[in-house]
Amino acid sequence: MSSNKKYWKSVEELNENSSIVEALQQNEFVKEIPADEFLGDKSSLESSSTSRRDFLKYVGFSTAAASLAACEGPVKKSIPYVVQPERIVPGVANYYATTIADGYDFASILIKTREGRPIKVENNNLASSNGDANARVHASVLSLYDNSRLQGPKKGGEDISWEALDKEVGVKLNGLGGKQIVVLTQTFASPSTSRLIAEFKAKYQNVKHVVYDAVSQSEALDAYQMMYGERALADYDFSKVNTIVSVAADFLGDWQGGGYDGGYAQGRVPKNGKMSKHIHFESNMSLTGANADKRVAVTPTQQKQVLAALYAYVTGSGSKSSLGADLDAQVVKAAKQIQRAGSNAVVVSGIQDVDAQLVVLAINKAIRSKAFSQDTPRTIRQGNAKAVAQLVKDMNAGRVGGLLIAGVNPVYSLPNGEEFKSGLEKVDLSVAFSMHDDETAGLCNYIATTPYYLESWGDVELKKGSYSLMQPTIRPLFDTRQFQDTLLKWTGNAASYHDYIKETWTGILGGTSWNQALHDGVLVRPALAKQELVDALETPEGDLEDAAAPAPVSAGPNVGAAARRLSVAKSNGLELTLYTKTSLGDGQQANNPWLQEMPDPITRASWDNYLTVSKADAEQFGLTNENVANGALNGSYAKVTVGESTVVVPVIIQPGQAKGSVGLALGYGKSKGLKEEMVVGVNAYPLYQNLNAVQNVSVAAAEGVHEFACVQLHNTLMGRGDIVKETTLEIFNTEDAKDWNVMPMVSKDHNPYAVTSPEVDLWEEFDRSVGHHFKLSIDLNACTGCGACVIACHAENNVPVVGKSEVRRSRDMHWLRIDRYYSSEDSFENDNEKKDNIAGLGSSLSEFGEMENPSDNPQVVFQPVMCQHCNHAPCETVCPVAATSHGRQGQNQMAYNRCVGTRYCANNCPYKVRRFNWFLYNNNDEFDYYMNNDLGRMVINPDVTVRSRGVMEKCSMCIQMTQKTILDAKLEGRPVKDGEFQTACSAACSSGAMIFGDANDKHSEISKSEHDNRMYHLLEHVGTKPNVMYQTKVRNTTEA
Amino acid sequence: MKQVKHRNSASKILILGTVFLFTFFNPVFGQEEVVADNTAVAEASSGGDVAKGEELFKSLCAACHKRYKKMTGPALFGVADKYEREWIYSWVKNSAAMVASGDAQAVAIYEEYNKTAMNAFPQLTNTDIDNILAYVMEPKADPPASVPGTGDAVAAGSGSGVSTNVILSILALVFLMLMVVLFLVNKTLRSFAEASNVELPKAEERTPIWKAFIQNQFLVLVTAIFLLLASGYFVYGYFMQVGVDQGYAPIQPIHYSHKIHAGDNQIECKYCHSSARVSKTSGIPSLNVCMNCHKSISEVADGTATEEYSKEFYDGEIQKLYKAVGWDASSQSYTGETEPVKWVRIHNLPDFAYFNHSQHVSVAGVECQTCHGPVEEMEVMYQHAPLTMGWCINCHRETNVKVADNEYYEKIHKELSKKYGVDQLTAAQMGGLECGKCHY
Repeated sequence: MSSNKKYWKSVEELNENSSIVEALQQNEFVKEIPADEFLGDKSSLESSSTSRRDFLKYVGFSTAAASLAACEGPVKKSIPYVVQPERIVPGVANYYATTIADGYDFASILIKTREGRPIKVENNNLASSNGDANARVHASVLSLYDNSRLQGPKKGGEDISWEALDKEVGVKLNGLGGKQIVVLTQTFASPSTSRLIAEFKAKYQNVKHVVYDAVSQSEALDAYQMMYGERALADYDFSKVNTIVSVAADFLGDWQGGGYDGGYAQGRVPKNGKMSKHIHFESNMSLTGANADKRVAVTPTQQKQVLAALYAYVTGSGSKSSLGADLDAQVVKAAKQIQRAGSNAVVVSGIQDVDAQLVVLAINKAIRSKAFSQDTPRTIRQGNAKAVAQLVKDMNAGRVGGLLIAGVNPVYSLPNGEEFKSGLEKVDLSVAFSMHDDETAGLCNYIATTPYYLESWGDVELKKGSYSLMQPTIRPLFDTRQFQDTLLKWTGNAASYHDYIKETWTGILGGTSWNQALHDGVLVRPALAKQELVDALETPEGDLEDAAAPAPVSAGPNVGAAARRLSVAKSNGLELTLYTKTSLGDGQQANNPWLQEMPDPITRASWDNYLTVSKADAEQFGLTNENVANGALNGSYAKVTVGESTVVVPVIIQPGQAKGSVGLALGYGKSKGLKEEMVVGVNAYPLYQNLNAVQNVSVAAAEGVHEFACVQLHNTLMGRGDIVKETTLEIFNTEDAKDWNVMPMVSKDHNPYAVTSPEVDLWEEFDRSVGHHFKLSIDLNACTGCGACVIACHAENNVPVVGKSEVRRSRDMHWLRIDRYYSSEDSFENDNEKKDNIAGLGSSLSEFGEMENPSDNPQVVFQPVMCQHCNHAPCETVCPVAATSHGRQGQNQMAYNRCVGTRYCANNCPYKVRRFNWFLYNNNDEFDYYMNNDLGRMVINPDVTVRSRGVMEKCSMCIQMTQKTILDAKLEGRPVKDGEFQTACSAACSSGAMIFGDANDKHSEISKSEHDNRMYHLLEHVGTKPNVMYQTKVRNTTEA
Repeated sequence: MKQVKHRNSASKILILGTVFLFTFFNPVFGQEEVVADNTAVAEASSGGDVAKGEELFKSLCAACHKRYKKMTGPALFGVADKYEREWIYSWVKNSAAMVASGDAQAVAIYEEYNKTAMNAFPQLTNTDIDNILAYVMEPKADPPASVPGTGDAVAAGSGSGVSTNVILSILALVFLMLMVVLFLVNKTLRSFAEASNVELPKAEERTPIWKAFIQNQFLVLVTAIFLLLASGYFVYGYFMQVGVDQGYAPIQPIHYSHKIHAGDNQIECKYCHSSARVSKTSGIPSLNVCMNCHKSISEVADGTATEEYSKEFYDGEIQKLYKAVGWDASSQSYTGETEPVKWVRIHNLPDFAYFNHSQHVSVAGVECQTCHGPVEEMEVMYQHAPLTMGWCINCHRETNVKVADNEYYEKIHKELSKKYGVDQLTAAQMGGLECGKCHY
């Protein structure tokens, strides 16, 4: 039976007279296919003599030639030393203590060198202050091998010899005719450099030294000077107190030079049922705010009012608060908390206002805070905003004859950079001491190219009485001379700076030998320690009642008036807070790909800065964020105007951002002296008017959509308590661990079994009681999310940098990520409750949807996640070539040479920690970061394989480090001591959140952590039995 | 090794044979003559005992002096003519005193040699000094090349090769002659038969062997299978040796002979490769290590030379070292102009395999020769082991962990050996087969 059915290919066929149908019958494609466009023009194609056959011949020949050539191994040369230095044994690492002091980051550190080249930064455990490297300091080793560095002195862009430069500059310095010579420098905090500049002043008349911090702390310095007669920053030791109230002080970030997380974290881990209480008032969501027990979002103007009110409540003096009822209640609670703690409390503030800083000092004085010590003020910020402003005026007025610029880039980082630029043209002699041909150096007459800190000598007084030495860890890579050596030459001093430091240090060393001080890298002068002792006797501890009573504020600055001025602070609309990001800081290391690729701990976006806007404000301005199909984040642009300056920046809607405030990071948008790939973000310094971080702005939506490289798509936990376990201090103290640290159960024969019990196990357990069994414990209470571990892992394991577009495709290679979760309700606790109460389809549809959105002021939690080294690893069972297998010591091993790249393992991993090499990232100019040039490759750790395209990689639990520790013990014929086993991340962790060790050693720290009642495993219910453990986060919600 | 090709042409064999015969008898007389000459000269120049003198010279003087060449001290040949006998006696016994006393000759020498004082040898008697002088006054023997005796060495060396070749070629010649004779006989017989009209039987038409082979399908099948298997075997073998450089013996920029250093002179491997004890790499010694000895050894002993490498060749190699390290032998000082040696790396492990020398050398006490072969016999260093993973693994399976006197192993060895029920654990049982132990 035949059918007369007619099948239509399209609606057009209904129309009988359609020309399209006709055309389609003749020709499959209506339009001519534009084949010429990709084949090139027809005429050249026809004229080409290469036929298809020829092409195939060439392909065949080259394939055969390549495969034949591959059969023969390359001849490798091996070149030994002519005279081997005594302490260098090829293959054995040497460590040197040194100090980073780039004007923004100051830290006493150790440098690991291999065959004479620095490859990694480690913490210096001997240092009592600033011994912990942050992410930027860890990454600083890569900046040494930056191939965009200048390789010798320059005059107007041309090479010049040092002799010629010395001669020409010497003549000019002497021939300025009485005009001012200004030395514009970063904060050196160096006793020797201070002495040297004083000598320079004596040699040339009319010399002025102006210290300029790109990110200013001028007001805090002024306030401290008014109160204590010394231009320095107050130093706080957070480990000595149990109550911390911060008004916009991002002390876990870069506030006052940072380095506080170690002390802070000590009090955050519950011991004997006690932990510190941290209350935080701020407008941007900062790292510190994210770690607080109670975070209150307030605008910058409100911050001032909060501080004034806090002063009034704590000291009982001052004016009545003008705050709204809700906010007032929060301040009252904070004040009560402070009063109850007495001298065990501390108040800190990051408000850039002399009044605010005075009030803070007064409060701490009043409560006699133990955290504050008058004897050891920090000297690592000395910039003077007023002097810098005056300098720009003087330059434009033609009063400056000579300008020596060292360690700063004012054309880029001054808000009135253009003015500085025009002033620079009026200066007779300008010399830049710089490593890069940057915005400022390029405009100066001469560039006296300087070496990196790893190639230089130096000394630093981090805080009063705490000295630190800087020594070269490698011979200068280029024809450079450090600023101080040049200055010595110009003052007619024949000594080298090394000798000069030694001379200075004769007064500092006391009884210590120079060699000892150089070995340790740090020296605390005993004279000052004694003074501390005297002070401790003067303020006896224990009489808390007494201390709680407000002490009279001493004469001096009028704090009462300052508080009154604060309380009447008025806002003119939207307020912008300029901040610095954990990754880039003030932007000095903008050419460091490790830092550019490091995701921001809060927004998780890399390779960008952006305007953070609260959800309510974003809706008002019509700004949006959305995730595109592959999960990548897009955001609208906003036009941000401060006075005359306008910048167009992408927008990220930031939960926790105070309504009426916006935030923007400094340090991005550098355009000169760095690689093209690194020119990202927007320069926010033009908005940094008067070097003040808070500005009144107007924001308007702008055209276009920005593509972010944000590594986290999902921001909330959706009440899944088995990822981040959290409880409150009250519950932790009063209830049984099994109630708040619940073990998932499974049913077998209708009986519940713990998921870890062998009865419900698919696998036969392997006996791991013999030998070492490595485990890593991560304490979510101590982890501040600072990201030092991320960079340390990068450096140790040769993790490649993939670039912005690849990160956007979720192809980032970080072996260790720090997940950040927001609560969708006010707290995670409420999230869990909401999830548990969902019943029925309707409710689940609507409420699960709601839970995807973070709350306006959410609780935040950080969770470092790396390979969990599961004892029952799902990845191992699915590998078709057995490239990933388990070691007896607990490590899940990855044999790169065996891997064929099926990626089954990554798909089967419940933690999503495996990374695939989509491309060849080394020796490939498409990834022009550092692995494609000889200089950049010098940072590569020779003990770890550099992976190639098409293989899977992941955290190895630093097996090269554990193997090294074992080998050292074997060579010395002794058992391994506890604490010797480390991974890159645990060694970098300054807050003590990561503990690594041998769990079979029953007396080890890790063994204690394993049996802690806070211990849980990530996604315990899947039964993978990981060797990485987490410690339940405890929040101190107890209120006074 | 250079290979000399011998063409088996009869004339050449004959010539060679004659040369061989001549040289065989010649040298015996030649050598004796030279030796007799030498002794005659020595005895004529002094009354001392040359043999005793040599012994004393080698034990006491050789560290700083050579007979014919300047070293730390002057060359000693001719001193007996240059200085008074008595002066020499007192100089040798206590040179410092003579310099102090202001003796003009003594001070001149002292100044010339960078004010390096010569050790005092009060224990030497005048006879001893005479003996030494007798030894050092021996004129330099002519280079061995000019001695007719060398020809004998070369001929003797190739002699055995030639004789077998000769026998073989004679045999071949005989066979050839036999064949020619047979052919001629056959031809003659045929012509006789033709002449006498004898009908020779015609051979039957037979299927050619290759046709018969093709017709037998079974045979074709079996052969095909056999050929396939054989080629499979060879292809597999070929691919498995790609990247395996066993026997790799590249030409090095300086001909360094492990045989002379580690073999003849018994220098311990780790004297030069000291980092093998503490580091993952064994380390190619830096040139300053070479100079520890070669400061005073600027030429090889006559006995070091072999038929393949002459003394001049070796001395030239030492000069290469001096050039690289910037050592001026005449002024006995460093010029500072260095030229690092670019050795060709022989043992190349791929980047993804981690190997640590100290683990094997210091902890396990493995002899260097276990992996590197008879280095002390290698004139040219080559890769002894295949350095494949299978080779590593086999050793780990067979070798027991050396646990004695190492507290690290105490606990783990006790527990593990109990678990496995053995007295001695192999490296494999200790975990030496885990991927992650070598691949990270």
